Amino acid sequence: MSAPATHTILSLPDQSTAKMPKRHYLNNEDGLLSWLLTGDHKRIAILYLISITFFFFIGGAFAGLIRLELLTPQPDLVAADTYNKFFTMHGIIMIFLFLVPSVPATLGNFLIPIMLGAKDLAFPKINLLSWYLYLIGGTLTLAALVLGGVDTGWTFTTPLSTHYLNTHVLTAATAIFIAGFSSIFTGLNFIVTIHRMRCPGMTWFRMPLFVWSHYAASLLMVLGTPVLAIALVLVALERIAGIGVFDPAKGGDPLLFQHLFWFYSHPAVYIMILPGMGVISEVISTFSRKRVFGYSAVAFSSVAIALFGFFVWEHHMFIMGVSNYSALVFSLLTMLVAVPSAIKIFNWTFTLQKGSITFETPMLYAFGFMGLFTIGGLTGVFLGSLGMDIHLTETYFIVAHFHFVMVGGMLMAFLAGVHFWWPKMTGRMYPESLSKLAAVTTFIGFNLTFLPQFILGYLGMPRRYHAYPPEFQVLNVLSTAGATVLGVGYMLPLLYLGWSLKYGAIAGNNPWQATGLEWQIQSPPITANFIETPVMDHEAYDYEWLEKKTLNEVTTVG
Amino acid sequence: MDRFISPVLWQFLTKWMHASALFPPEASTISPYMDALYFFLLLMTIVGTSLVAILLFGFCIRYRREKSPVATQVEGSTLLEATWTIIPLAIFLLVFVWGALLYFRIYDPPTNAMNIYIVGKQWMWKAEHPGGQHEINALHVPTGRPVQLTMISQDVFHSFSIPDFRVKREVIPGRYSTVWFQATEPGTYHLFCTQYCGTLHSSMIGEVTVLSPDDYKKWLEESTSGMSLAQNGERLFASMGCNACHSGNAAARGPNLAGVFGSRLTLTDGSQRLVDDAYLRDAILNPSQHVTAGYAPIMPTYQGQISEDGLIDLVEYIKTLQTNYRIQQTQMTSASDQAAPTTPTEGITPGMVKP
Repeated sequence: MSAPATHTILSLPDQSTAKMPKRHYLNNEDGLLSWLLTGDHKRIAILYLISITFFFFIGGAFAGLIRLELLTPQPDLVAADTYNKFFTMHGIIMIFLFLVPSVPATLGNFLIPIMLGAKDLAFPKINLLSWYLYLIGGTLTLAALVLGGVDTGWTFTTPLSTHYLNTHVLTAATAIFIAGFSSIFTGLNFIVTIHRMRCPGMTWFRMPLFVWSHYAASLLMVLGTPVLAIALVLVALERIAGIGVFDPAKGGDPLLFQHLFWFYSHPAVYIMILPGMGVISEVISTFSRKRVFGYSAVAFSSVAIALFGFFVWEHHMFIMGVSNYSALVFSLLTMLVAVPSAIKIFNWTFTLQKGSITFETPMLYAFGFMGLFTIGGLTGVFLGSLGMDIHLTETYFIVAHFHFVMVGGMLMAFLAGVHFWWPKMTGRMYPESLSKLAAVTTFIGFNLTFLPQFILGYLGMPRRYHAYPPEFQVLNVLSTAGATVLGVGYMLPLLYLGWSLKYGAIAGNNPWQATGLEWQIQSPPITANFIETPVMDHEAYDYEWLEKKTLNEVTTVG
Repeated sequence: MDRFISPVLWQFLTKWMHASALFPPEASTISPYMDALYFFLLLMTIVGTSLVAILLFGFCIRYRREKSPVATQVEGSTLLEATWTIIPLAIFLLVFVWGALLYFRIYDPPTNAMNIYIVGKQWMWKAEHPGGQHEINALHVPTGRPVQLTMISQDVFHSFSIPDFRVKREVIPGRYSTVWFQATEPGTYHLFCTQYCGTLHSSMIGEVTVLSPDDYKKWLEESTSGMSLAQNGERLFASMGCNACHSGNAAARGPNLAGVFGSRLTLTDGSQRLVDDAYLRDAILNPSQHVTAGYAPIMPTYQGQISEDGLIDLVEYIKTLQTNYRIQQTQMTSASDQAAPTTPTEGITPGMVKP
């Protein structure tokens, strides 16, 4: 079968006769309760998707307010305390309520059982519990916000957070503590499911790379998050009872908090980015019709990132008076953790070689990811380099670096994934040209927002500044202008994806002609995912297998 | 030109062209070293990103579906993968070594540096010169001389940053941290607090004024408060009753403090400690953990009774104590009643960092 020389692989059923499947997970049961008490991983994924989108736009609104204040050097839009609350809420919401659960709790929840050929995750009830915990965490965060806000910064630095602030620190800390358990439960569920519930024939090295990267991220969630919980409990005890663990006046050590906090919060950036990398592997492979170049290298690099990720936390503390020699060790390990990311980037690039490439929206987002993540990763090397870090840390350089990785990288990957699996989740297509426009808008807006911040950082503009010297204004104006474009880029998908729920073209089982098990079942899937337990008799990303299968189906039906 | 585009935009553009630097001025001896590494890293980023972009666009054009309707399956290539493992690793290791050398250069002060104390508190910087000059949100330093800052916070974490000198260090409650620089160009430079420290974090800024050595000398003479830090310390030493035990007598209940700074002490638990600023401060606040061998643990703690400024004064005073300080004491007290302190410029002075 020779493929026609068209610019798309999209193959939709004939729209005049196509119908949505009669029974699927969305209409299997009706009523609000059937959603609130569901054990179906797909429904929980949808619940998560709605909640994290809600929090994303709240966090985004705070980002907008921050950029608006920084339009002028004077502290003229809001009071200093209000500004401090803005960036604190922006950080807490975006990190704990959006980035950490974004891909794993939505796409991961939806896809991991299907990709493994299982009916559900290992512990459906714990999965539902994790969503409720997330919701409680989110509600408490909103409560802290409504009651008057928090101004600790998302890093809760002691002794500022324990002795010097009278805002709702305890409420916010409790919120993150609880949301942390939701993340632990998700990770636990994934690990057990991947170990125990693979279908016959699904060996470790036949799993899609999406599953591998989630496995690595899950290890981090389960091992790292409890340390954050401990750190927050100690902050709370210090505030309430004055136990003095972090208080130098009582013989405590304020640096201990930094160690505990970053022991979680550095691996946390890998919790955020690894699932995104999984999405990119799937998307790049599908739209270049090729097996991912060096499958095992990509799989092992995820595990290597998870492993090394635990031993680099002190690079957040190079200027904090840690021993010069321990700084040496942590800087070296930081350089090592950069290598697996470089491997991934080149492996994805070479997946394109000799492929048959098309440029649908998920692919555009994936290209955006690769460009921005490369810049984000390489600027991370600046900060891992001891001497350079002295000048760059705590400035806008670090803000730009972090956003390149987390927004440029992770959010692009999330949007790539949402567009890619949207037809599977909803049974309908999103509008193609509008979504391409959104992808391009996002890319342009992002660069305009965050490239000037690298320059600002090297010039020395400190982060978390409400007012700044006037010579920094031009670059700040550019950044704010970019944020406006970026805002439009993020609003567009919300609108057209909503529209597509009713009016989108009917997608059929496999609109992308992709090889994953999730594409071999109906869209949207039935509640049990598979009519009969599948048997994995081929490698992952085996496009020849798919072609034979399609050919057989045509012969049988015809 | 301004007739063709909006005046606001025109103003914005001209302002940009005139006022916006892409790199900060180089105003210390460290700056050129920092900038060299920065340009190398920028080059690495540009080359790396361009490489990925060229490969990406190249493959996209060459292997787009119209040109390449059927993909050729490739498993991988150990050789290629080894290439893009080893080359980035080598570059990153080079950056590691380069960065480490720079780090040690910035955080390892030369022995002849003059010392200035910095106390950070919500939301101001206080600089204390050994000669007794006090400054708020300002710092005067001479060109051509290494300056070490010994810094401590009275409340939360702050961070002392002078971008044009390319130096920065966290200012931590309860412990001294240090940083040093040698200014090269007279002028004024920004001083920022870069660690978020509460409401007025962005107002915790100041100005560093770099003066030529002659102007600096003049400034020192004009701005002295009349009492050097050591003289303040001496008064505190007497008023807090320290001299009752640390009298310097052979039979005294406390150890003789003469020449103790810079020496190695053996403590009652047998450990050896180098006596530096941090040790002296800790020993005053937490004496029971710092008992010199041969003495009873009778000293009470001074935690909460003495400010960071007071501690600095005491430390400076103890640094100056020579062989027989009872005699010295009387001499200094009479001297302090008569004349302003001399500027520490040459030889062994109270301002010296390392003995």
